[in-house]
Formats: sequence, structure tokens, C-alpha cells
Amino acid sequence: MCNTCGCNITPGNREFAYKPVNGKTAVSVLENLLARNDDQAEHNRQHFDKHRLLTVNLMSSPGAGKTALLEATIDALRDKYRIGVIEGDLETENDAVRIRARGVPAYQITTGSACHLDAHMVHDALHKFPLEGLDILFIENVGNLVCPASFDLGQHKNVTLLSVTEGDDKPAKYPVMFRAADIVLLTKSDLLPVLDDFDPERAELSLRNLGSRAPVIRLSARKSLNLGDWLDWLIGELVQKRGKLASDVLVQPVAEPQSISSNTGMQG
Amino acid sequence: MHEFSVCQALIAQVEQIAISHGALKVQSVKLRIGPLSGMELPLLEHAYPFASAGTLAEGSILEIERAPLKVKCEACGLDSKVKPNLLTCRMCGSCKTRVVSGEELMLMSVELITT
Ligand SMILES: Nc1nc2c(ncn2[C@@H]2O[C@H](COP(=O)(O)OP(=O)(O)O)[C@@H](O)[C@H]2O)c(=O)[nH]1
Ligand SMILES: [Mg+2]
Ligand SMILES: [Zn+2]
Ligand SMILES: [Zn+2]
Ligand SMILES: [Zn+2]
Ligand SMILES: [Zn+2]
Repeated sequence: MCNTCGCNITPGNREFAYKPVNGKTAVSVLENLLARNDDQAEHNRQHFDKHRLLTVNLMSSPGAGKTALLEATIDALRDKYRIGVIEGDLETENDAVRIRARGVPAYQITTGSACHLDAHMVHDALHKFPLEGLDILFIENVGNLVCPASFDLGQHKNVTLLSVTEGDDKPAKYPVMFRAADIVLLTKSDLLPVLDDFDPERAELSLRNLGSRAPVIRLSARKSLNLGDWLDWLIGELVQKRGKLASDVLVQPVAEPQSISSNTGMQG
Repeated sequence: MHEFSVCQALIAQVEQIAISHGALKVQSVKLRIGPLSGMELPLLEHAYPFASAGTLAEGSILEIERAPLKVKCEACGLDSKVKPNLLTCRMCGSCKTRVVSGEELMLMSVELITT
């Protein structure tokens, strides 16, 4: 189906269909406004799958602790998994430097004044950044709870961080962002004892009110609290992803000997 | 926040359709947008004349149809109309719901002047 000739018209949308009337032509389109981005994201996902990577998109408001979480995650997994990071956060320019200091490859996307990463920016980065041999690729998105969630980058999982220094009603205020989360991390939980206005249960209720069933983990990257729960989730996702890729390969039709010989012209 | 760039992409898409139909001008553009699309309608409407200036869509009318926000409940099976920050079932209160309308960000149709 293309989007210009009207071949995507169905009985349900016929009322919008192509109807030329004296010099005017109505063309039914029915295409998502972010279709270009979504196509590019699908292409990115193929790159990731080809390299058997798990790609994780980290989103939060500025300063919620995305880079600190990456540092702690790298330290914990260093001996077992190879990690790469694409940095898109403009708040702190030195995020990529912080990651490289941990001995992990990092590519900094210069987003200028962009308020989110899009699939094209990530694709440009992919072709400049070696994916070979990586197990997990993190993408640190622009610190912003408004629009990053609307732009698919080709990631497999979305992680949304909510630091306990923010309001516990953030999910209600940013439903698009929190609904996109596959897991929500309540970060800087070491500060909970000194903050009496952040109630983790209220934060979780606010998330459940959005119909989200995403797991919620309270953790502290700085004090290494509950990092294990986060790492378990992450490794679980990697294992699942690899299992799925393997079974996808198994169900692909294998060329039969006969068709191979006919391809080489032996039977002609 | 990114409404201007989304608007520019929309205009590019609309111009392509206009050109492929040999249109002289674009008369109107119809969108359908839901409250969970992540798009701020006033910002989009504001950006439209700027993004369309100097294109075949200059001076065209932007019509935005608002999609209602509705969820389907997996517990009781009923549909309810809800608010963006409370997507639980209105009938039984369950949070096991699925959004069935309200995430749309669609270019529905374009009206062209062809002669
Ligand atoms: N107390 C505490 N502070 C943290 C924690 N994680 C990050 N921070 C601080 O929060 C600030 C922002 O962290 P950063 O990782 O740069 O946030 P990002 O902008 O989301 O990448 C820094 O000053 C960090 O030291 C934590 O677990 N506990
Ligand atoms: Mg950062
Ligand atoms: Zn077609
Ligand atoms: Zn944006
Ligand atoms: Zn490519
Ligand atoms: Zn119900």
C-alpha cells in the first residue's frame, strides 16, 4: 500500500476517500505524522537485531540520575557483558566523557537545542559507532519528560527514571512518558529518609492509574541500593531477546537442496 | 516542544502528495489527534502558518479533529471514556485497561486544488 493513490482505503475510512469535485481533489492519506521516524526506527532495530544487542532507551527529567545509573551498571557488569552507550543528553556535555572513563565506548550525539532524540539521529550515530561484540547498548535520551517518548528510536525497551527529589505525581503529569516505560526506576532512593514529601507508594499508584503494569524499582546508584533488582531485570531482558532471536532464526525456512541446484542452473 | 519540526515534516508530506497529484495548491489538511499523542494542539496550530509559508500549502486550512480518549477494560470488558491521567476503568475501577482511542497522530486527508 502506498499513501498517495488511495489504495489504503477500506470500508471504514471511505468517507475520507479520493473524490475529485470541480477542480478540487480530496486525497485520503491515513498516515501517522511520525511515520518517517517510525520507518527509520524499524531500520535501526534491524541493525540492533543483526548484532544480537539489547538496546535500552533511558528517559527522565534532567538530572534524575541517568548517567549515574549507567556508571553503576557498567561497574557491576563490566566482567560479564560488553556495554556501549549513545549519549544524547545535552544537559551535561561531559556524559560521554564520564562513560568512557569507565572503560566503555560512548558516542556523543550533538543534539543542539533538540528536545528529544529521533531515529535519524540514532541511525547516524550507529554508523559511526562500532556495535560489533556489544551485548547491551544504552541510549541516554535528552532530559525531558515531554517528547522523547513520542519518538521511537528502534530500542527494545524503555526505562523511565523518576528521582525521589521530584514529585511523586509525575506519572499523572506526564502520562505519555510514563505509559511508554517498560520499567520505572525511582532513583536517588538513598535520599528518601530525608524527603518527607515523596511517597514511593503514591508514585506507584499514580503509575497504575495510567493502566501501566511496568515493574517499579526503588534504587540508588550512588549508594548501590537495590541495584541487583535492576540488573536482574536487565539481564533477564537480554536473555529473552537472545532467545527470541535464536528462535526466529530457527523458524526461517531453510532452502531445499533442489531449489539450490535450480538456482545454480543445474537443472535447466 | 517539537511541534514546529513535526509541522515541517507534515508540510513536506503534504507537498509530496500535492506534487504527485499535479496540484496547484493545497486547500486544506485534516489531522486526527488524540490526547495521548504527545502533541500540543495549540503549538501545532501556531506553527502551521510558519511551516507552510512558501510551500504549496501556504494559506491552507489546518483542520484538527480531536480523537476521544477511551480504554477497554480487561477485567470487565467494558469501554469507558477517561482522562489522560486516569486511565483506569470507569465501570469497575480496574487498572488492567488498554487504550483503544486517544493515541492518534494521523494525517487523515488533504484537499487539493487541481485546476
Ligand atoms: N543522592 C544521590 N544523588 C544522585 C544519585 N544518582 C545521581 N545523583 C546526583 O544527581 C545529579 C544528576 O545525576 P546525573 O546522573 O548526571 O543525571 P542525568 O542528567 O539524568 O544523567 C548528580 O549531581 C548526581 O551526583 C543517587 O543515587 N543518589
Ligand atoms: Mg546525563
Ligand atoms: Zn498505492
Ligand atoms: Zn521534542
Ligand atoms: Zn543503516
Ligand atoms: Zn472494568
